[in-house]
Amino acid sequence: MPTEPQHPTVSLWDLFTGFFLVGLFGFGGIAASLYHVSVEKRKWLSSDEYAQTLAIGQILPGASLINMSTIIADRFHGLLGVVLALLGLFTFPLIILTALITAYDHFSHLPDVQSATTAAAAAAVGLTFGIGLKLAKGIVRSKTTLAFAVLSFLSIGLFRLPMLQSIVGLVTVSIMFSVWQSKK
Amino acid sequence: MNFDTLLLMAQTFAMTAIVSIGGIATMIPEIHRIAVETYSWMDDADFATAFAISQVAPGPNVLLMSLVGWRVAGFAGMMVATLSTVLPTAALSMGFSRLEGKLKNTPWYAIINQSFPPLIVGLMLSSGLVTAKASIHSVFGVLIAAGVALYSYHKKTNPLYPIFASVFLGILAGRFGLL
Repeated sequence: MPTEPQHPTVSLWDLFTGFFLVGLFGFGGIAASLYHVSVEKRKWLSSDEYAQTLAIGQILPGASLINMSTIIADRFHGLLGVVLALLGLFTFPLIILTALITAYDHFSHLPDVQSATTAAAAAAVGLTFGIGLKLAKGIVRSKTTLAFAVLSFLSIGLFRLPMLQSIVGLVTVSIMFSVWQSKK
Repeated sequence: MNFDTLLLMAQTFAMTAIVSIGGIATMIPEIHRIAVETYSWMDDADFATAFAISQVAPGPNVLLMSLVGWRVAGFAGMMVATLSTVLPTAALSMGFSRLEGKLKNTPWYAIINQSFPPLIVGLMLSSGLVTAKASIHSVFGVLIAAGVALYSYHKKTNPLYPIFASVFLGILAGRFGLL
């Protein structure tokens, strides 16, 4: 980062409670609550820094927003900060999750609960397709991008090939292709 | 519950996270392949329920893996699944962010920026397909999924609202025998 703006003093306790709030308010994923707590409420970073850190979180493997939370906590307090941040982030959601799954197992025979779960799952499927289509609109703008999007859908979605081999294979082909293109 | 299964889950989940691109949602097809198709830790119905509950609970989307772990080995399974998905990539993030200045101008940045996005599109639609096959078995389900897909494609919304609206419609439809 070129010019590091003055950061507020953030204690370990601040990190833990801040990330606890991110988990607590993280209904529908933590994207909105992480921004709210880290930028608007606690002012740990500016919105520019937020965008930069998110970009890093997204190119790294794994959960983008958890990568991002890790990087934020690491900047303030290193490994100990990361441990406390992740503890804070997961405590409430895992308690709720345990309560939900226990309640589900207890009441899953009720017709209303079955209807509700069926509908929630269908809605979540719809959301996933919605995000996929939104991404496609922004990204698939040439024959090449279309070809690679289709190839990854076919190999992983339709033919159910293992992800590791598929991704490594497709990235390799994609690199070879762009090298070949630049030489033309 | 045996230790070997926990170890196997930790290995496969960590590996999936490490080679994943585009976040948690794009890992769903691989998690389904591992948990349902390869090792039969759960069936499609369990997977669909886990998917639905993980979307309703507050917190990171990695809770799907936590629930798969719960089905495999209760509380211990939940912790193992969550930690093995999160910790290796969190460690990688720390390392990367500390070295960022040195890595920024390497060709890797350009390669990632060029080759990943279209693959992520394909993966995201794969997630849709895999979860649809596991959880949609009625015309009502198709209608809900299509409606929510169109709505979320056109409008920026907290995912919880369409889910709750669908739950309400689902309960009504169930009461009237339409499900």
